[in-house]
Formats: sequence, structure tokens, C-alpha cells
Amino acid sequence: MIAHVHDNNINYIKTKTGLLSWFVTKDHKRINMMFLISVLIFFITGGIYALLFRLELWTPGTHPLITPDTYNHYFTMHGVIMVFLVVVPGIPSALGNFVLPIQVGAKDLALPKINLTSLYLYWIGGILAIVSLIAGNADSGWTFYAPYSISKNPAVLWMLTAAFFLGFSSILTGLNFIVTVHKMRAPGMTWFRLPLFVWALYATAIMQIFATPVLAITLLLLLIENFFHIGIFDPAMGGDPVLMQHFFWFYSHPAVYIIVVPAFGITSEIIAAFSKKEIFGYKFVAFSSIGITLIGFLVWGHHMFVSGQSEVANTVFSFLTFFTAIPSAIKVFNWTATLYKGSISLQTPMLYGLQILFNFTIGGLTGIILSILSLDVHLHDTYFVVSHFHYVAFGTTIIAFIAGIHYWWPKMTGKMYNEVWGRIASVIVFFGFNITFFPQLIMGSQGSPRRYYHYLPQYQIYHQISTVGVVILALGLVIALVNLLISLRMGATAPQNPWGAHTLEWEAAESPPVLFNFKETPIVTHGPYAFATEKT
Amino acid sequence: MAATALQEHEVAHHFDDLEQEFDSHKLGMWLFVASEIMMFGALIVGGLFLLYLHPDAFAQGRPRLDWRLGALNTFFLLTGGFTMARAAAFAQKSDQRKIQQNLVLSLLFGFGFLVVKTIEYKAKFHHGLLPGPAFHGEGFTSLHAHVFFGYYFVSTGLHALHVLIGMGLMVWCLILSRKVKFTRSYYTPIELAGIYWALVDLVWLFLFPLLYLVG
Amino acid sequence: MDTTKLFWLPEKASTFASNIDWVWTLYFWISVAFFVIIIGAIVVFVFKYLRRRPEQLATAQITHNTVLETTWTAIPLVIVMALFVIGMKGYWNMRVAPSNAMVVDVTGRKWVWSFDYPDQGISNDTLVVPVHQPVRLLMTSMDVLHSFSIPAFRAKADVIPGRYNSLWFEATKTGVFQVFCTQYCGTRHSYMWTAVKVVDPDTFNAWVAVASDPSRGKTPAEFGAILYTKKGCIACHQVDGTAGIGPTWKGIWGTMVPLEGGRSVLVDSAYVRKSMLDPGADIVKGFQNVMPTFEGVLSDKEISALTAYIISLK
Repeated sequence: MIAHVHDNNINYIKTKTGLLSWFVTKDHKRINMMFLISVLIFFITGGIYALLFRLELWTPGTHPLITPDTYNHYFTMHGVIMVFLVVVPGIPSALGNFVLPIQVGAKDLALPKINLTSLYLYWIGGILAIVSLIAGNADSGWTFYAPYSISKNPAVLWMLTAAFFLGFSSILTGLNFIVTVHKMRAPGMTWFRLPLFVWALYATAIMQIFATPVLAITLLLLLIENFFHIGIFDPAMGGDPVLMQHFFWFYSHPAVYIIVVPAFGITSEIIAAFSKKEIFGYKFVAFSSIGITLIGFLVWGHHMFVSGQSEVANTVFSFLTFFTAIPSAIKVFNWTATLYKGSISLQTPMLYGLQILFNFTIGGLTGIILSILSLDVHLHDTYFVVSHFHYVAFGTTIIAFIAGIHYWWPKMTGKMYNEVWGRIASVIVFFGFNITFFPQLIMGSQGSPRRYYHYLPQYQIYHQISTVGVVILALGLVIALVNLLISLRMGATAPQNPWGAHTLEWEAAESPPVLFNFKETPIVTHGPYAFATEKT
Repeated sequence: MAATALQEHEVAHHFDDLEQEFDSHKLGMWLFVASEIMMFGALIVGGLFLLYLHPDAFAQGRPRLDWRLGALNTFFLLTGGFTMARAAAFAQKSDQRKIQQNLVLSLLFGFGFLVVKTIEYKAKFHHGLLPGPAFHGEGFTSLHAHVFFGYYFVSTGLHALHVLIGMGLMVWCLILSRKVKFTRSYYTPIELAGIYWALVDLVWLFLFPLLYLVG
Repeated sequence: MDTTKLFWLPEKASTFASNIDWVWTLYFWISVAFFVIIIGAIVVFVFKYLRRRPEQLATAQITHNTVLETTWTAIPLVIVMALFVIGMKGYWNMRVAPSNAMVVDVTGRKWVWSFDYPDQGISNDTLVVPVHQPVRLLMTSMDVLHSFSIPAFRAKADVIPGRYNSLWFEATKTGVFQVFCTQYCGTRHSYMWTAVKVVDPDTFNAWVAVASDPSRGKTPAEFGAILYTKKGCIACHQVDGTAGIGPTWKGIWGTMVPLEGGRSVLVDSAYVRKSMLDPGADIVKGFQNVMPTFEGVLSDKEISALTAYIISLK
């Protein structure tokens, strides 16, 4: 019944040539690589904004070149780009797209045209963000709180629209992943033989589908409020600004799990492969992602403890939030236990993987304290919170993203990067990241508010250490990126399974894979971390 | 009639068989509908909150809506859903003519809905029952009547947009019915369009009481 | 009462700080313990089980340990539940003001705080309170979201337009304590500061006597100079000739100023009054329409005093 003849004997990069064939492709691997390039470009852009405002923060007073309005614009752009264009889509669309179908043993995602649509929507969102830049200075913060966001600033309106499109890109990716996991698994691939990366992406997809639409309606209502002043969020017209916060955080709390859960999945893959061990407590780890997803829908109010929300509501939200901590903590214990009596190799992906454990421990611990009601009053809207979420969104998610790029680089590109420079970069990144964000914990608990252009001189030392840290961090990231790019030209040819792992992409697909991933449909006979069957 | 023979549907090459393809498309559509339910659900919860915040606005605004027109629209949508189900049933029997008849009926009912909506909207404009600062309705003591009408236009407008999209899907099915043979095992487009129309109906079944009925 | 200052936290200047900081210390050491155990285990395992030959396999494929797993689920669960209860109790105490609390109304507007003492008939730009006296703040905003934060008191609450939020505190020592705005509100968010000045009861009563009639013993221009700071004009208007968010007051009296839209206007009493009550009507050329109205905030007497002050800056 196949109408066209596709050559399944050459790798996906070489099957069809010409730029146009990429832009209209239905191949999940090509779509992934286009997402990857796009996400990296936006990551660099968002990072430059951070460098700029960290420069302003070197001194507590005014800056000759950066005014308060410009500063406010910089942190808004940094936030919007990093959240909506990098960490939310990042791992699912720019790694999951490539890996998930192969890990379940399928020829492609279930809905390839929907996948391409998701990419187009992402690009439209990105273009609208650029239009926003041309239209003016969006300065509402990525959280778009009303009534400040109900302004006549066209740049804010374009940003709201950009986020709207990016939301639908996310929904379609999640939808595609769920259908694929349910309907496209190869023979023998039972649910409990699925790699933990797939479980993580599945849990994430549930959140993408059920939470993101609430963001869509929030953004739409904000746009409508800006144009028609109906009086839903704007108190001047009878609306309630706290209602906007409820709408916003109903999405944005699950969103932070959309951001971090895929990173957990990558961590499992890497810890297993580079310890040559089955993940300790596989089933628990698999179910914990689903558990976090479900509880994650019930805790949005913990972002609003000082908003004037009722004490009863605050108590309930605090109580439930503590329950999200337990599955996450146990995952860390499980990963640590996996190392026990393993055969541990400190290759580049593993160096990043171990960093994740370090950073997430701090990220998790600093999150739990924020659930303690009496302490959150003091810590809310300070640099302590900024540091907490960077330990998770950067220290866990971005590091996992980089780890995953290195881990799957041989598979995606057919090339090996230089291992020495890979390791050097990862060490620099580790120190740069922690030097940047640890001082912010101190500054925050000592009372320094966030989103501040101007600050008390007593905080200057922490700001300066942080700024030095971010320069070191940027250096490490640049080295990592250059190392990867050089490998495309000069890297050694990658073997099919350089890490000796046991998931399908390593055992049954070439590096890079052929067009339909496998020469013939794999029959699965063992679990994803079947190191026990290896013999010396 | 039989000018050109209808094509057989070809299964996309990444699927093993027709059943896997149909199941995948159906599941995808249900998941998309779930996301739309979340979007409208949030909007409806927002409306309930506005009702709590401004009960006077709702109490004074609702009588200005004609519940009989709302009921007529409910009838149009539900009957259109029924004829979509009939179309799917006939598709499984490969009765192309009956498929097309039922699709056209569904389209007509959808069109009827939009006509009624236009009548309602025009009446609102005429009486100044508009959102925000544009509001200049008479006979209201509530200071927030504009909030009710703002919400009315946003919720029914977004819903009407989805009615339009649903009708677009029906047109797509009609076009396809002239080119592709629907059979017992392949009637996916009509099934998907029917699922989407069910969403359109479901949302209306919440909006109608919230806006027209209670109180 | 515990008054030790911890490295990580501001000085303790309220009953909240004394009552709650121990929770921070408790949690800090729990975190350190978990951190040391986890990271310690990782470091030990990595070095002990480092792969020394490329083909080296794991020594044992351990995938479960019921005792271990139960323990490491139960202990964190017990800890977080204890933390929840502790946090909840401390929080409820922070939310229920004592019945003898003195009430002060707080108004936030871009980018200045103002305080009104309804019982004493005082308006002020800093929050002056007696020590060891519960104070309850009733807060609202005139424009966008703000948030009133006193780090030394461990107190904070959002300040919302169209709504009243409250927080209470009892200061435990005299001094001047920083107040920040902690909800992003635009250009001068990071300058929207004020202070809580805690004084002993006699000083407070003396202050009340003077403050309830700040014009007493002053010429109109002197009173105007006081209002210039108290009412927050200083946030946007300089008196040294430099332009801020708003035009400088120095030397403008009796001159013609150009407006947006082409007209010019004479700076006289009528214009000064109109600028305060309907600031959006005549915007001086080159400035933004961001001044809030002072209708209901400045009495006629106060407007006259400010006008006298502007005249004195000729």
C-alpha cells in the first residue's frame, strides 16, 4: 500500500537533499534537529540578555548605558525567551522528538504532520517575539501580571501573542507523544520495558495537553482586556488582578514540571548507561513522574501565598506542595543508589549527569523551604526564589538538555565530539553555574528583592560574585557548543553504540539512523537497562 | 454520477495497518478535544467567578438575553451532532450519498446557529449592551453590567469561532467524500469531525445555562 | 526573646523574627544533613566504583531494597509533615492581628508609599510606630500591584488595586528598618522604598502631637517643603533644576512652559492646582503621562502650601 518509494538504506540526513526538503519534512529526526538549532539560538539570545542585566547589577546604583526601563525590558525578554522558547519546548521537542519514536521501536511519531505543525507554530512564536522587539520594549516580566500588563505597550501585546502560539506548539507535541507511546510500540515493548525517558516524556505530555490550554485562555483574556477593557482582570473596570494570577499559575505551576520532568528522564538514561546498571527502583521512578504530574495540578496557589489569598487556601496549597517533594527526593536517592556497585565512567554526559544530581539537590531543598508558610512570607519575591528556580530550570533542565545533546550526539549526527574538551567545558559550566546562583540564595534570604535595577550596597558583593560566575558559565557553554560544532566537520565517525547502552536507539538503530529508524521492525526481548545480562 | 471512481484510502507508511492508523488518529483527536475542554473549562470557571464577584451584573444582564433563542441554538447544535453520527454510520456502510446528505444537514444546522447568533449580537449592539467602556445600556443599576456583557461576547464569540471551525471540518469531509471511498474500516475524517462537533456541543451545554438560565 | 542575628537573615526586629527564625535554622541544618549524605554518597560511589577497564561491568545489579526504600520514603514524609505543621502555626499567628493593634492605612502608588493614621489624623511618608505595640497595616494600591515588605520584621503582603490587604507586626526594638516594594511595578520599582521608624512610646506620642498638625508654627512655604517629601512629590520632581520623571520645580513659577500638543501655559496657582488634581490634562512637553492624581490626597490647605513652596524656588 506504500505509494512512494523511500530509500531506507541511507541515513536520514542524506535521504533527501536541499533546504526545502527539510522545511516540509515529516521525518521526526529532521524536525528534531530544526527544533534543536532553533532552541539553541534562542538560548544564546536569552543568555545574552542575562549577561547584559548582570552587567548592570555590578554596581548598586544607576548605569551609564542601561536605564531602569531598559533593565526591565532585559529581564522580561530573558524570562519570556527562556521559559517559552527554551526550557518548555527544549527537551521534548529538540531531543524527545528524535529519541522517543526510536526508543519505543516505531518508524516515526504517530502524527508526523502534527509534528511539523508544532515546529511551524514554534517558529511563528519565535518570529512574533522578534516582532515584539521591533514594536518596542516589553517590560511586563514573563509573568504578565495585571494590571501592569494592561498597558498600551504594543510590545507586550506581541509577546502575549507569541506565547499563545508557543503554547499550541507545546500541546501538539504532547499529544503526539501520548498517541505514539500508546499505539506505536514495537512487538515486545511492554510498558515496563519502556526507557524512563519515555515515561518522563509521557508524564510531561499529560501536563502539556491539560495545563497549556489554560495559559492560552489567560493570554487571550489579557489581550482582550488590553483591547476591550471588559473588566475581568483590570480593577479599574471591575476586574480582579488576583484572578489573573490564579489563571496564570494554574498553567505555570504544571509548566515547571513540564520543564523539569523530561530532565529527570534524561538523568535516568545517563546514570544507567554510565554505571552499566539498571536504575534502582525503576517502577517507582516511572510512577513518580506520573505522580508529580497529578499533584502538580493542585498546588498552583503556592506562588500566591502573600497575594491576599485566604489563609485556608494557603494552608491547603502548602500541605499539598510538600507531597510533590517526596517523589522528587526519592528519585535522587534512586539515582544515587544506582551508582552503588556500578561501573562508573566519567565521560562527558555523565559529568553533566552528576552535576544534575548536585544542582537538583539544592534546587529541591530550596523549593521545599518555600512551602513552609511562615518562611515563605519572608522569602517570596526575593533573590532566594530566583536562585531556587534557576537551580531547577538551569541547573537541572538545561544541564540535562546539554547532557542529552552530548549523549545522543553520536546517534543524531553520526559523529563523536572531542571528549577532552567536552569534559573541560562541563567542569567550567559546573563551577560557573554555582558561582552565579549560590550567592543569590544568601542575598535573597537577607532580604534583597528580585527584579531590582537598584539595590542596597550591602548586597553588592553577592551581585559581583554572581556576575563573575555568569561570565565563567558563558565561557563553559561556548566551549561546549564550539566543541560540538567542530565535531560535525572533524569528529570521528560514531559507532552504533558508543556507550554500551541497551535502549533501542543504541541496540537497533544505526548512527545516524536510516529514514525509518530501523532496517526491520525490532522485536523487544528485554528491558531498557539490561546490564545484568552482560558477561565479561 | 459514477464519473470518476473513488480512490481507496492509503495507509501512511509509518503505520503497520489501517487499524493502527485509525486508532492513532482517534486518540489524537480525543486528546486535542481534552485540551479544548481545559481551555473552555478555565473560561467557564472564570465566568463563575465573575458571577460570584458581580452577582448584580449577572442578575440584571441575563434577562436581556433571550433564552428561547439560546434554546433554539441548543437544538441546532445537538441535532447537528446527531446528523454527524448518522454520517459516520452511513460511512461505515459506504453509502456516499447518505454521508453527504447528513454532512449538509449538519452544516445547515451550524449555519442556523450562526444566524441566530448574529441576530442576538445585532440586538446587543443596538441596545448598547457592549463590553467595557463602550457599554451604554439603559435600565441598569449595577455598576458592572459591562462585565457581564464583556464576558458574554468573549465566551460566545470564542465558541462561535469553534462552530465555524467545526463547519470547516464538515466541508472538508464533504470534499473528501467526493474523492475517497469511505468504508467500514475507513471513515476517519467523519469520525474526527464528529468528535470535534461533540466538543462544540459540550461547551455550549455549559455556556447556555451560565449565561441564559440561572437566576 | 531571641535576638541573635544569623548570617543568612536580616536582624531580628519583630516578634515574628524572634519566633520564626528558628524554623529557618532547623530547616537549614536538615538541608545540610541531606546534602552531605547525598552528595557524600555520590562522591564516595563515583570514586569507589570508577570504571578502570573499558569492559568492566557493575559488581552487582541491585534494583530494590525494601527496607531502604521504606526508610527513605518514611523519614522525608515525617519531616515534611512536621515542617508543614510548624509553618502553618507560625503563619496563622502572623495572620491574626491582636485586638489592641494600632491601625495604619498604607497606600501604594507608582512609586511611593504613604501612610495615614486614621485614629491620630496624620499623613506621613514613613511609617512611625511605637516599639512593643502591635500595628496593623491596611493596604491598597492606587494603580498596579505593589508589595509591602519589611525584611527585618519578616513581614510582607501584596498591595492590590481595588482591594485591601493587611499585615500586622509588633516591633521589638527601636531603630529604622528598610521597607521594599517587592512586586514588580515598572520603572522605579527598585526605588519604591520607605522605612519603618520604631520609637519608644513617649517619642511616638510627641511625634503624634506635632505630626497631626504639621503646619503648626510654619510658614506656608515651610509647610510646603515638608509636604514635598511627605506626600512623595520628591520621587519625581527635583528642586535643584534637574528633570526627573517629572519637571523640576526650581525656577518654573511665573514662566511659560511648553506642553505636549503645542500649547504653552503660564505656571500660576491655577496651573499648579490643576497639575495636582488632573495631572493628565496638561502634560509638559518631553514628559510622560504617569503622574497619579492627588485628588483626595491633598487638602486645599496643602495645595496652597505646596504652591507657596514652588514660588519660593523661583
